Amino acid sequence: MRYLYYPGCSLKGTGRAYEESLLAVFRALDVEVEELADWNCCGATTYMSVDELTSYALAGRNLALAERQQMDVIAPCAACYLVLSKTQRYIRDYPDIKLIVSRALAAIGLEYKDRVKVRHPLDVLYHDVGVKAVAARVKRPLKGLKVAPYYGCQIVRPYATFDDQRNPISMDRLLEACGASIVYYPLKTRCCGGSQKGTLPEVGLDLIRYLLVEAHKEHADVLATVCPLCQFNLDVFQEEATNRHEALPIPVLYFSQLMGLALGFGPKELGLQRCLVPLGPVLARKELAYA
Amino acid sequence: MPEMGDIGSRNGRPRIGVYVCHCGTNIAGTVDVRSLAAYAGGLPSVAVARDYKYVCSDPGQDLIRQDIRDHHLNRVVVASCSPLLHEPTFRRTLERAGLNPFLLQMVNIREHVSWVHTDKQQATRKAKDLVRAAVRRVSLHKLLEKKKVPVNPNVLVVGGGIAGIHAALTLANSGKHVYLVEREATIGGHMAKFDKTFPTLDCAACILTPKMTAVGSHPLITLWTLSEVARVEGYVGNYKVTIRRKPRYIIEDLCVGCQECVEACVYKEAKTPDEFNLGLSKRKPIYLPFPQAVPQKVVIDPQTCIQFKSGKCKKTCVEACGDRQAIDFNQKESMEEVEVGSIILATGFKTFDAARNAYYGYGRFSKVYTSLEVERLINAAGPTGGEVILRDGTRPKTVGIIHCVGSRDHNTNRWCSKVCCMYSLKLAHLIKERTGAEVYNFYIDMRTPGKGYEEFYDRLLDEGVHFVRGRVAEVSDWAAHPSEEGKLVIRAEDTLAGFVRRIPVDMVVLSVGLEPQADANEVRRLFNISCSSEGWFLERHPKLAPVSTFTDGVFIAGACQGPKDIPDAVAQAGAAAAEAMALIDLGSVELEPYTAFILEEDCSGCKTCLPLCPYHAIGFDETKKNAAINEVLCKGCGTCVAACPSGSIRQNFFEDEEVFEEIEGLLTYA
Repeated sequence: MRYLYYPGCSLKGTGRAYEESLLAVFRALDVEVEELADWNCCGATTYMSVDELTSYALAGRNLALAERQQMDVIAPCAACYLVLSKTQRYIRDYPDIKLIVSRALAAIGLEYKDRVKVRHPLDVLYHDVGVKAVAARVKRPLKGLKVAPYYGCQIVRPYATFDDQRNPISMDRLLEACGASIVYYPLKTRCCGGSQKGTLPEVGLDLIRYLLVEAHKEHADVLATVCPLCQFNLDVFQEEATNRHEALPIPVLYFSQLMGLALGFGPKELGLQRCLVPLGPVLARKELAYA
Repeated sequence: MPEMGDIGSRNGRPRIGVYVCHCGTNIAGTVDVRSLAAYAGGLPSVAVARDYKYVCSDPGQDLIRQDIRDHHLNRVVVASCSPLLHEPTFRRTLERAGLNPFLLQMVNIREHVSWVHTDKQQATRKAKDLVRAAVRRVSLHKLLEKKKVPVNPNVLVVGGGIAGIHAALTLANSGKHVYLVEREATIGGHMAKFDKTFPTLDCAACILTPKMTAVGSHPLITLWTLSEVARVEGYVGNYKVTIRRKPRYIIEDLCVGCQECVEACVYKEAKTPDEFNLGLSKRKPIYLPFPQAVPQKVVIDPQTCIQFKSGKCKKTCVEACGDRQAIDFNQKESMEEVEVGSIILATGFKTFDAARNAYYGYGRFSKVYTSLEVERLINAAGPTGGEVILRDGTRPKTVGIIHCVGSRDHNTNRWCSKVCCMYSLKLAHLIKERTGAEVYNFYIDMRTPGKGYEEFYDRLLDEGVHFVRGRVAEVSDWAAHPSEEGKLVIRAEDTLAGFVRRIPVDMVVLSVGLEPQADANEVRRLFNISCSSEGWFLERHPKLAPVSTFTDGVFIAGACQGPKDIPDAVAQAGAAAAEAMALIDLGSVELEPYTAFILEEDCSGCKTCLPLCPYHAIGFDETKKNAAINEVLCKGCGTCVAACPSGSIRQNFFEDEEVFEEIEGLLTYA
């Protein structure tokens, strides 16, 4: 299994722990990845809301570059995944957007033929690798660890088809294969507040609080995420969002960090030290070794 | 243009009369009718050409008849509206003047010309072209005869819901024999499950069961439950229908419905979800579908009966039945063949599967119900004896009713299901009456047209039921606020107040829409009728032939044609019965002569045409090695004519010469 890997800016910055842990998991499961050469910004948030067409052109360049390699491209960041998928769909559906993107690409000698598949790591791990193969490689089952699986709003809606849009289950099954228990978490696909914390802090903090309080109510030990922005919001603003409610330090990890632990990697290899709410006390409480 | 005599009229030299209709200003406003008539008068073989204000009026028809006599006309062209409207009128005119009615050709200069064009000069030119084509064509028309076939007076009614019941009773009460075929073990359909009916709040069972009993005991109704139509052959007036009767494992003639066998069944506790109560209660493997079932006979479910599963049951039911010996484990499926003259389809609808809208939590949260489940829940004969007790044994203090679930939704069904607003109001009233709960209705638009319907809505407003205008986004079970703890939360944008509301409730009712039956498409093919793209059976004309179909002698009634409430379904059933009676009382039907026929000497017997015929009208004559067309079955679609490699199939009224002459007439430069 060989794929292209499109990291996007987050996985090289605030989401470094995601890259470190995900690549480790891929290694352990024989998923070979090759970083897309000369990639650029995916065109997310700011571009998309300020200058939509430029955003499609930026995403189009990444798609055109990937297409030349004739491999599926994995986009782990939820925003990258959404923008790349959306661009594909819009180029397919709207001839005028297709025309503008084609012209922009032609100016730099590229062409996009709609022949590349954009994949999410959950999709690859769940469908290509498979739950059984994951379970077979588990060295240290996350026995007794209760995980609230949080997918966020971007990866299954509205374009993805690899999982149910309202009640996705791929991360649930993968973490169960690693020995963890999945708690009932009805807010699976609710908004994490996105960048509202910066623009409308009250709204952003409310949205963050709902997610944390609900996980707490369901007695989750950790929250598992698939998106750098979700992880950031829930981790960094945890204290601020919940001080009006009740204190609940709950570690917010990338699903790949949890899988990495089960597959035998150490905390440094998985970037656990980069998360603000520490996982150590939880693991100690559950008598789970991780050194 | 060649002389008309040269191209061989078979009825002597053609003498054609052309009549241009003004249709008030409908045609005359856009077409220069005067000059059109003058032009027609100059065409070869045209003996007389006139324009007239309304040719279809009595004086207009008299004019044609007078001309036929005075000018010895032997063909007529009428340039007016669509032949769908007035071709029968003018054919009768010709007939009354002693001419064969098929020596008429109509030109549609209204729908095809004046209504679709604005430039008078261009429109007149187009009308002239069309009239010229018709004049050339009509010269070649042959004398054709309509065939008469007798009509079998028996009627098949498919579906035993309220529409099928009403149609069957109407026909039987007028002395016609009816075969009523129902798929389930009892008739009654959806209506039998309802508690009260809107807007009068009369009890559904009280008004339905007398009709059901009447069906069961009517000497002229043959009722076959647990049965389905397997095959339909024949044509209007003479259908031959094969019906598959599934085993009930009870000899119907011997069972008296005492239910002692049910009592005696080795299952002391009922374990199987009861279909009639939508799984809200349990039944045994041997059971009566519901107390007022017709026929009042028990039925055995082989899926759950121990005797069928293992063959080792004590058969206490047989013991209880005693000397009547009504239980027969060896009953087999059987086929019945009946001959009928007409068929009424009243196959009904199914409700939208609420689990498809996952965001409303049906199937996930036990306190989310469909409206049909609530009908059973509040029914005195239902699983809780009419008390609103939820699956967890609690009674709701607040109830949210969500409208348009699976209706008016581009992700599921786009149509309005028509009955949901009214039944939601009814349920709101009944729930409030039984429980005193606060009831919230979430609606997009309130649609309450109908006698007494809007007044019922007014009454609900007075009763203090809450109405929130806005499509519900989701039903969830997590609390954003302590007051929501342990409740289901309905989140919707209140579009009148302009903000998003979260309303915590104890019970959610999903007002599910109506959908075509899952097998509507197979049924449609069986009876050779059409469906709309959604799957509703298609009527011949949405306004003027609402219960007829494109297959003569097959009528539709009730919700199989589209969502409708009980009054509408009953009205349609009556209309369908009347149409069937009209056919029967006429005694015979005339078949259009536009049938295909084989030139036997040219037919090579290649059989290309046989599988192409949609009406199974073509057979193969083994002695002559020829294809043979059954004129009575042929609908004149022309498929075989076009497909025949040797050109040996022709079609009356559409023979090559006639069609080519028309085309040439159209294309000739005037």
